[in-house]
Amino acid sequence: MEKRVTPSLIARIEGLPIILVFLLLLALFMVLAPQVFLQPFIYTTFLSTLPPLILLAVGLTFIIGAGEIDLCFPAIIAFSGFVFAVLFKEHDLGWWAVAAGLASGLLVGLVNGILVAKIGLPSFMATLATQFFWAGMATVLSGGKSYALRGAETSPVWQWIVGRPFSGTDLPIWVQQIPLQSLWTAIIVIALWFILNRHRFGEHTLFIGDSNSVSRVLGIDVETEKIKLFTLMGGLAAVAAIMLTLENKNYFGNQGQGYLLTAIASVLIGGTSIFGGRATIVGTVFGCFIIGMIEAGLVATGLTGAWVRTIQGLVFLTAMIFYLYVDEPQRRAAFMARLTRFQRPGRPIDTEAKGGLRR
Amino acid sequence: MNNDEAFTAIVRLEGVQKFFGPVQALRDIDIAIGRNEIVGLIGDNGAGKSTLIKVMTGLLAPTAGRIFIRDREIDLADYSVRMAHDLAIETVYQDRSLAEKQPLWRNFFVGRQITNRFGFIDIRREKEIAENILRHAIGFRGAGITVDSTVANLSGGERQGIAIGRAMHYNADLIILDEPTVALAVKEVRKVLDFVRRIKESGRAAIYIEHNLAHVHQVADRMVVLDRGRIVAEVAPKDMSVTELTEYLIALQQDHAWKSA
Repeated sequence: MEKRVTPSLIARIEGLPIILVFLLLLALFMVLAPQVFLQPFIYTTFLSTLPPLILLAVGLTFIIGAGEIDLCFPAIIAFSGFVFAVLFKEHDLGWWAVAAGLASGLLVGLVNGILVAKIGLPSFMATLATQFFWAGMATVLSGGKSYALRGAETSPVWQWIVGRPFSGTDLPIWVQQIPLQSLWTAIIVIALWFILNRHRFGEHTLFIGDSNSVSRVLGIDVETEKIKLFTLMGGLAAVAAIMLTLENKNYFGNQGQGYLLTAIASVLIGGTSIFGGRATIVGTVFGCFIIGMIEAGLVATGLTGAWVRTIQGLVFLTAMIFYLYVDEPQRRAAFMARLTRFQRPGRPIDTEAKGGLRR
Repeated sequence: MNNDEAFTAIVRLEGVQKFFGPVQALRDIDIAIGRNEIVGLIGDNGAGKSTLIKVMTGLLAPTAGRIFIRDREIDLADYSVRMAHDLAIETVYQDRSLAEKQPLWRNFFVGRQITNRFGFIDIRREKEIAENILRHAIGFRGAGITVDSTVANLSGGERQGIAIGRAMHYNADLIILDEPTVALAVKEVRKVLDFVRRIKESGRAAIYIEHNLAHVHQVADRMVVLDRGRIVAEVAPKDMSVTELTEYLIALQQDHAWKSA
């Protein structure tokens, strides 16, 4: 009888391996830099700095889960951030500036979706091109200027989006520092988790990532769903842009630059498959925590910032190798066979035949 | 679905043409599939078999011609895979019926999920029904297959069984099978042929596309021969043995060779 692969503990709890890695790193930093990691303030700082990365990475989880890629979102952060900042500061439009910023992001995403789904450009090329276009557009329109939003914290927009609701109360200082954007981000992420795992749209996303032709045969409108996916990504990037601009009380043209590779890395560290068809939002969120924590943690332990990228790269690489072996049982079997070959002769593991079945 | 309705043919194509650019893949196709029959569709590579079923199931729009379903004409501008599903026509492809990395229960329902009005899937209900299909309609007992199994872990024959079982679950009046036995082991082929016979026993019709003439010959009520986009013959298995059929098809090819020489 054939051996069946029963779902292991790793498969049953979403994102378990990455949660364990996160806890391990956290414990490590608590030991190495107790003065920082045993105090609450580093965590409230995370709550204010991580939301943009998390929103981007969760949007990318859908895109990558559908077997596509989006390189355009740093440009959306620049462009939508500009649209928001100029309307908010120069024209004093308040909530209308927020709506316009959001609409501009959705529009850029919609165009990306049409380029990929209707024109048929590979998403890598399409979004690489639009990334240049919109980043350039932001520079042209802003004239390369940055916009300082001095005094923004008195506006209801600032208070509602990135305000500190407990500030000025008798609560401990770290509670007073809890920023509202962490709440909005949590709500959006939880809603998107339900959409990915429980909604028709999420199911279609993963089937499209599995195979476009199977999805068509099964009656999924692949083109429309892809347009929705890129539009969603654009909207999330715009929200991230608005949060970022308000939190910094400043807009500058390069504000999206650092996010491209960290967001992609967070998604992949989290366990979403680069080949599409499998995606985990829980994994992505912890991937973001890890990426963010390494940055703060290494500096706190006394290593220079120069080490941050090196260590992030190492974690990334380790995660990729780990998933390769977890996801592809035949590779794992081959690996184990190599380790145990000498103890168990006469039980060859037919990895070639098993691999041949998968197409 | 519409089993009680009076109609003579489940699907009828009239004068269907299909061009891919300057290349004509289908020429003047007239074909009708009645109830409760298995029609074998045979012909060489490039004869137009796959194109014909893609047109029939809404995956490709014909360049010209008319399609009738249950004797009623279909507006070709609206015809889609989803509409074909709604009209109780299901297709089982050799390798494109199931998504590899997804669990079986999702594969059963994707494209027509049981949802609330906001589009959220009723997972418990879907799993229950999937379980039922798996155990009873398909008859998988033991063997370690559950509704949570990933398609990638199944054998080729099991995949075909699941795809056919899904088609039967949706009460298809017509199930189209596109080379379901390609690349299967002998034992698995027998399973698939049993599934095909079961389609007929349950009072449905099937179109069976197959390279292997022996397989079609075993299960088909009549065989339609396609050649270069045209229907050139219709044969009943009792009138022609597999060997005669093979010779006939070879003769067709030689005929072309002779003409083009």
